[in-house]
Amino acid sequence: MNFRAVRAIYKFEMSRTFRTLLQSVVSPVVSTSLYFVVFGSAIGSRITQVEGVSYGTFIVPGLVMLSVLTQSITNASFGIYFPKFVGTIYEILSAPVSYVEIVLGYVGAAATKSIIVGLIILATAGLFVPLHIHHPIWMLIFLILTSVTFSLFGFIIGIWADGFEKLQMIPLLIITPLTFLGGSFYSISMLPSGWQTVALFNPVVYLISGFRWSFYEIADVSVAVSIGMTLGFLAICMGIVWWIFKTGYRLKN
Amino acid sequence: MSPIISISGLSKTYATGFMALKTIDLGINRGEIFALLGPNGAGKTTLISIICGIANPSTGHVLVDGHDIQRDYRAARSLIGLVPQELHTDAFESVWGTVSFSRGLFGKPKNPAHIEKVLRDLSLWDKKDSKIVTLSGGMKRRVMIAKALSHEPQILFLDEPTAGVDVELRKGMWDVMRTLQASGVTIILTTHYIEEAEEMADRVGVINKGEIILVEEKAKLMQKLGRKRMKLHLGSPLTEVPTALSTYNLALADDGKELVYTYDTKSERTGITSLLADLRDAGIKFTDLETTQSSLEDIFVSLVRA
Ligand SMILES: Nc1ncnc2c1ncn2[C@@H]1O[C@H](COP(=O)(O)OP(=O)(O)OP(=O)(O)O)[C@@H](O)[C@H]1O
Ligand SMILES: [Mg+2]
Repeated sequence: MNFRAVRAIYKFEMSRTFRTLLQSVVSPVVSTSLYFVVFGSAIGSRITQVEGVSYGTFIVPGLVMLSVLTQSITNASFGIYFPKFVGTIYEILSAPVSYVEIVLGYVGAAATKSIIVGLIILATAGLFVPLHIHHPIWMLIFLILTSVTFSLFGFIIGIWADGFEKLQMIPLLIITPLTFLGGSFYSISMLPSGWQTVALFNPVVYLISGFRWSFYEIADVSVAVSIGMTLGFLAICMGIVWWIFKTGYRLKN
Repeated sequence: MSPIISISGLSKTYATGFMALKTIDLGINRGEIFALLGPNGAGKTTLISIICGIANPSTGHVLVDGHDIQRDYRAARSLIGLVPQELHTDAFESVWGTVSFSRGLFGKPKNPAHIEKVLRDLSLWDKKDSKIVTLSGGMKRRVMIAKALSHEPQILFLDEPTAGVDVELRKGMWDVMRTLQASGVTIILTTHYIEEAEEMADRVGVINKGEIILVEEKAKLMQKLGRKRMKLHLGSPLTEVPTALSTYNLALADDGKELVYTYDTKSERTGITSLLADLRDAGIKFTDLETTQSSLEDIFVSLVRA
């Protein structure tokens, strides 16, 4: 294992983050605050409680997940797309590193960043509503698992993308709708029964449900299913990454 | 002495269906400077990219110091430093940062003294804290060389290292190459400056349309074709070489305005004195005279044209 290489890539990616600190940290804080103002106050004044918790409190896990998902995907996809785009990837490809090390460096850094952002959002939310986390360990497990899984997913998108449009297409056209429809701002049980079934095909539902359970012990689907689905998606992403490096897909010509 | 790089049966067909390399067999000797010459699109960069792991070969094998570049890529690649043809840099990194990154990527422990030496040798020391965007093209190229040297490679690939580098710095880079060679590093270099190959190389390889068409020691090559040409600018043009001079190896050029005499510098008598005497006797006047050594460039051009 070439740990020095992993560390070099990780450090490089993290310093890229710190160069854009303002954008990376301030913008999620601002948008979370806006969500609280809009959803928490405007809608919360009508829906006072969902499954026993106040509406403002209810949406916190969904909000955190929303940011963690988008952050993971954009960080990781941009992280690997950029060297491909400017050509500096040559150095990674010609270095004595295995694909595991490359992935550890890039995905590790992207996941770290989105975990940090997730925690900052959680802290911001704490300023608006009282927070009580029933299962902090599980909360962290879900947070880490989701960050890693979706950073891997972002990594795949970054390798697949051969233009900036493609890079932005997936997060914009797939992830944002899936997250909004995934129960960030409501409980699946609030949907008409036909839509409830449709919702179960949305993987994000499982993430948010599990994550919310770790906070309030309320869930749309059972926790075991949540974890199972997340691990399943993680396994699929790992399989694709393995295939990418085995064939050199879009990396080596 | 076994070659440090041995390439056998290597071919490359790109996804477009274009065959960029056709069965390359080539050995690079330990410690030599090997110049790879060839016109644009000949396959030089493709060959280097395969050896360094940036492109996959279609067929064939490459051993680097006995390590297969695919099965044993870690051992093979850790011996190699690569300076690619294109300038790819992380614009917002500092020179020091990017060079240190390279060393880490190759799994070497930190060694600021080594990096300082590399930067000083390449006259980059006063730029060590500058962001790469703020550097000129020639400086960026030297940053790329510094990155390649950061991990103390045994083999250095330089894909057109002196393109866009001014004369003085080019000489400086030649010195760096010589110093590296003296410390045992094998250097493979591609260049379009023939004088660079003449100056630096121990051996020269010519590649054209994906095939190696010549590999020869430079000294032998120069000797074999060590011919000189004397060009006479005539006062009045000729339509043909006068019969009185038919015994000389003469040819007309530039619509009869020039008379070209080709002779061998190695022979006892070059025949110049008698030619000049015979020219005077034939009443042929010339306004100017120049001689040129047949260079690697002529050899190269005649090979690639053929
Ligand atoms: N990714 C690619 N896909 C398809 N064809 C390619 C690709 N890269 C290079 N080629 C083709 O392969 C041939 C060899 O290219 P290569 O870059 O190896 O040439 P070169 O000898 O380095 O030329 P130059 O002196 O211009 O750098 C060219 O005809 C080029 O068009
Ligand atoms: Mg080239």
